[in-house]
Amino acid sequence: MLGLAASLVDGVLVGAVYGLAAMGITFIWGVMDVVNLTHGAMIVAGMFGVYLLIAATGVPAYAALAPILVAGFLAGVALYWIAIHRMIGRPPLMSLLSTFSVNLVLIGLGTALWGTVLFNVQVSLPGFRIGRYTFPGTHIMAAVLTAVIAAGLYLFLYRTRAGKAVRAVAANREAAELVGIPTTRILALSCGLGVALAAVSGALIATMFPFTVLSGDAYQLKSFVVTVLGGMGNPTGALVAGVALGLLEGLVTPFMPVSWILVIEFVLFVVVLIAFPGGLLSVGRRRVGAR
Amino acid sequence: MILRRPFFWLIALTIAVFAAAPRGADVELRESLLLAAVYITLASNLNLMLGYAGYVNFGSIVFFGLGGYFCVYFMGTLGWGLVPAALVAGVAVSAAALVFGWGILRLRGVHFALATIGVNEGVMAFVTNFQPWGGSTGIYLSPELFQPLGGPRQALWIIYYLLVGIMGISLYLSYFVKRSKFGLGLLSIGQNEDAAAVLGVPTPRYKALAYSASAFLPAIAGGLYFFKGAFIQPADAFDLTLSTEAIVITMLGGQGTIVGPALGAYLYEELRGWLLTSETFANFQLVVAGVLLLLIVQFAPDGLMGFFYRRWPRLRRLLE
Repeated sequence: MLGLAASLVDGVLVGAVYGLAAMGITFIWGVMDVVNLTHGAMIVAGMFGVYLLIAATGVPAYAALAPILVAGFLAGVALYWIAIHRMIGRPPLMSLLSTFSVNLVLIGLGTALWGTVLFNVQVSLPGFRIGRYTFPGTHIMAAVLTAVIAAGLYLFLYRTRAGKAVRAVAANREAAELVGIPTTRILALSCGLGVALAAVSGALIATMFPFTVLSGDAYQLKSFVVTVLGGMGNPTGALVAGVALGLLEGLVTPFMPVSWILVIEFVLFVVVLIAFPGGLLSVGRRRVGAR
Repeated sequence: MILRRPFFWLIALTIAVFAAAPRGADVELRESLLLAAVYITLASNLNLMLGYAGYVNFGSIVFFGLGGYFCVYFMGTLGWGLVPAALVAGVAVSAAALVFGWGILRLRGVHFALATIGVNEGVMAFVTNFQPWGGSTGIYLSPELFQPLGGPRQALWIIYYLLVGIMGISLYLSYFVKRSKFGLGLLSIGQNEDAAAVLGVPTPRYKALAYSASAFLPAIAGGLYFFKGAFIQPADAFDLTLSTEAIVITMLGGQGTIVGPALGAYLYEELRGWLLTSETFANFQLVVAGVLLLLIVQFAPDGLMGFFYRRWPRLRRLLE
């Protein structure tokens, strides 16, 4: 019984990071109605970012998060201008294919450079011990940092001018344009933020689990599951749903092999998509920043 | 009368060229054309969803891989012959696609596309854990299974002709669907789904049917393809690359046309052959495919056929 409880607590810690990753995808979705299919690749980029920074400079893993956040933001802005800008307002088919092609380029580069072998980031952080069970320090740290970043995002959206502009564009792009908000710049900024969230969550995942260049697909699927659970374009919902997914993983892990988790998550994904197209946690249609 | 149309005979001519080109010892040409036939099969069937109905199916490779698994399982474990095994594999995958399509038919646009991405991950994870199909190690076929076809050498030729046949049927399927009421419905879904539904097109049913129909021939092709290699494992069967290439090929040739996917497949196969022999690019195949797709989507969403039609509008009368 205690084993299950420990597994659930650990699930919540890991789930918070899934929520952070999903916030990245749901943010872009909510603001510009584009599904960012480079999400998985950006998560992997964050993983390799932390690995390479440690290998090159020897900084502790958590000190690498700030440069990754910045680099992720810049990559996101670049992504907007390369793949998304011309797709705004065109059929969803086109933006899907466009971001998908960038994803291919990134994954292709990754496999050419590093192959598909497992990588590992060593972090020595004392765990937290209760009875026979030890909660890894990395998992606790990742959950705490997720909370900090999510709070930062909230403050940005509700307390700064730029954040308010982002919410305005999400609510109604034409109206925002009319009142003088530079919508294109806001879209690029949102894309940067979304990708930064993906990259930093990837970095946090890398401190917890081993990874390969192709890990992105599995985490991207988790992000989709979280997004449909929490409602598209609803960052708070994403965080809550991420924790819910983590709880589910914690619940399932003691009873079946870990490799079945992806199958269960996929079934959950399809069932939720069909039964609750608006998301389980949102009543009606809530978008970024709608109270 | 469809037999009077030149395009009907153009397809027949293509099939004849494929069947007649490699002779005797020309194994290299045969292998290259075999791959082109697989590409054309995958791309034309993907085109039913992508080009006609305007729905991206990112998981089209699931049909190919599952077809391969069913066929290899029927032959290796149950001892069936190649043709019944491949046919039943096609029917089974098509039925599974219909059931799944029925489930996700209420989803529209982006949500549908996301569900198809998940299909690939979900099915691959399932097969990797499914012990009757060998789990992550896959299934090996005994070389003796080639004996009923007259030994390995002759079997390879038979598989080649069968795949060319499947390619031909794929092209005709695209053609007949496009000229049918069903195809008109799909095209109207691609133009404007709401308007189509208002005008009485049963959009969910048509989408599910198109999804299922686009599963049948790729599944058979997958069965033949993996029988040829006498080995199947999850990483090969659900290889993201092939799924991607089908999308790139369809977009390159021109979505919604019938010549497009065939033309795109031929050009892509040429490009691939060149890339694989070039030292620098051998590892960057995905990168090249990605850049190509990005350029097409951004600057020429109609693909090559769109360009040809603008340049020579009269082509529209001859080609489809």
